[in-house]
Amino acid sequence: MKKQVKEDRFQGHDYYNIDALLHDDHKIARDAVRSWVKQEVSPIIEAYSDKAECPVHLFKGLAEIGAFGPSLPEKYGGGGMDEIAYGIIMQELERGDSGIRSMASVQGSLVMYPIYKFGSEEQRMKYLPKLGSGEFIGCFGLTEPDHGSNPSGMVTNIKDDGDAYILNGAKMWITNSPVADIAVVWAKDESGVVRGLIVEKDMKGFSAPAIHGKWSLRASITGELIFEDVRVPKSNVLPGVSGMKGPLSCLSKARYGIAWGAIGAAMDCYDSALRYSQERSQFGRPIGQFQLTQKKLAEMITEITKAQLLVWRLGVLANEGNATPAQISMAKRNNVAMALDVAREARQIHGGMGITNEYPVMRHMMNLETVLTYEGTHDIHLLITGMDVTGLNAFS
Amino acid sequence: MKILVCVSKTPDTTARIAFKDSNTVFDSNGVQFIMNPYDEWYALVRAVELVEAGGGSVTLINVGREDNDTILRKGLAIGADDAVRIDAEADSAFFVASQIAAYAKEQSFDLVLLGKETIDYNGSEVGSMLAQLLDMPFVSHASDMQVSGSEATISREIEGGTEVLSAALPLVVSAAKGLAEQRIPNMKGIMGAKRKPLAVIPPVAVAGRTQTVAFSVPEAKGAVRMIDPDNMEELVRLLHEESKVI
Ligand SMILES: Cc1cc2nc3c(=O)[nH]c(=O)nc-3n(C[C@H](O)[C@H](O)[C@H](O)COP(=O)(O)OP(=O)(O)OC[C@H]3O[C@@H](n4cnc5c(N)ncnc54)[C@H](O)[C@@H]3O)c2cc1C
Repeated sequence: MKKQVKEDRFQGHDYYNIDALLHDDHKIARDAVRSWVKQEVSPIIEAYSDKAECPVHLFKGLAEIGAFGPSLPEKYGGGGMDEIAYGIIMQELERGDSGIRSMASVQGSLVMYPIYKFGSEEQRMKYLPKLGSGEFIGCFGLTEPDHGSNPSGMVTNIKDDGDAYILNGAKMWITNSPVADIAVVWAKDESGVVRGLIVEKDMKGFSAPAIHGKWSLRASITGELIFEDVRVPKSNVLPGVSGMKGPLSCLSKARYGIAWGAIGAAMDCYDSALRYSQERSQFGRPIGQFQLTQKKLAEMITEITKAQLLVWRLGVLANEGNATPAQISMAKRNNVAMALDVAREARQIHGGMGITNEYPVMRHMMNLETVLTYEGTHDIHLLITGMDVTGLNAFS
Repeated sequence: MKILVCVSKTPDTTARIAFKDSNTVFDSNGVQFIMNPYDEWYALVRAVELVEAGGGSVTLINVGREDNDTILRKGLAIGADDAVRIDAEADSAFFVASQIAAYAKEQSFDLVLLGKETIDYNGSEVGSMLAQLLDMPFVSHASDMQVSGSEATISREIEGGTEVLSAALPLVVSAAKGLAEQRIPNMKGIMGAKRKPLAVIPPVAVAGRTQTVAFSVPEAKGAVRMIDPDNMEELVRLLHEESKVI
């Protein structure tokens, strides 16, 4: 696909000198991923988004820089880094595009993480190094056509058949599924308990058709997972977990990364708007000189700064092993909504130019609509906070 | 082969440039710093390539304060084996060259590599001073370098063509575009860099020989003026009287 010649002039924004709270390895990782995005993502992302194609070749590049499971132990193909480094990597990837960040989130947090956390040593050694190196692409199947916000209502199921289980059902909206080698699938056993299974692409009765027509995350491929009497060996069941705790702990990990990632998209929109406001003149002066433009920019950087402080603190808690799922929900909800607001305001500052793919803003804005919905919708996360503070459950 | 690579820190190319203390000191407030690209992309990467191909070690050296450790760690993540920081303010090229020479004399490096210039002060001085102080040959602006045995063959881009030179090791070489290609460190390298040695040593006493008197920023460019295509006389008048180009 044709490379864009326009230079990616992005510069990071750190109004409160939060850098002083980061370690050298965080800053070097940020710098590395930012360089990689400028080299590999920015020149092609508009073309792939325009054609709604997934730049599948980037899986290898993401693996080479170490974007898959950076906080998993090195022995299993991870990077042995801390949670803040993981967050920063997600931020920089999403600065490029939410779809590229999704490729990495799914591979690292939703596929490698459950195999590492709940898999047998044999499963870990069989899959993790290949997933870490990008030789295998993975996907995560939880959502079903009739069960999105309420995944525990799932109907996908397994039945005991000697040395294997027979898997039936369907999953919907699954990132990476049409190109995946393996799928981590959540299904109910005969007593209604949710179990995790590793389904391989060649297993008979398994198919993964693509979903077309997305106006968001257009450079990320999304599909279904269809299981018709698929025989999955019992050795492919994740032994270490049963119940909704399995998928939910993966989601916590991925949502944590999204809370960081959204800041990347917001910073890219702000950066572009700030530069545009200084370069574009109307009525004989730069539009950045008008109070209404300054209000937009000032509010954007204020909200970005608050979001940065939120995830930094969340990262410290996560490093200590003390970040609660409800705290992660708060950060995911706040930061994604913040990024979407920033994208919309930035779009206005760009005037008509903001409508085209000359600038990254509208692409980010459309991407963020998915980010607002997946991994728990904006409203569902609010209800999680509500439940946490009142002790009362609004879901049942 | 034992290679020493000199690296320095420069403001990012997109940084806003301002001065303080009556225009005598660069105002680093809010500025993001990077490793000087000529040091990183060309000198360091070529050094790492030579060691990967023929064995040996790459040592990084920087004259600066503690906040420069980030760029040294980055250099270690790219592939250097160890790093040395001489704990002093790098306030002139002569001071820096003298510090590095004092350290290098104690070791026996086969090759000393550095960027052809830093992208902030563009002095291009440290390399030649270092060669003089170490009594080694110096080749500047290398765009290609092969080493075989104790001899290096180096290409330099010159006006209208390429010059090829050979020189015996030990040798000081300054790197230009083309000598190597940027390498982005991966997460494994970044974690590995944490375990590599970074020594901090005190400076030797050297008196500075120059002093910065003042900096000034170029005057802001005037706005574009549109002239009616029917009014060619006005255009000619402005080009003649104001821009003085005709
Ligand atoms: C591009 C894309 C990629 C995705 N990737 C994956 C993936 O890789 N793996 C995966 O498993 N899933 C994936 N998803 C699915 C995603 O997680 C779901 O879409 C999401 O959980 C919402 O489910 P739903 O679409 O069924 O909406 P619904 O649950 O039907 O929600 C519709 C609306 O009702 C609201 N609502 C629902 N229940 C309540 C309630 N109790 N109170 C108040 N409001 C409520 C919601 O907030 C929402 O506004 C992806 C989705 C998209 C769009």
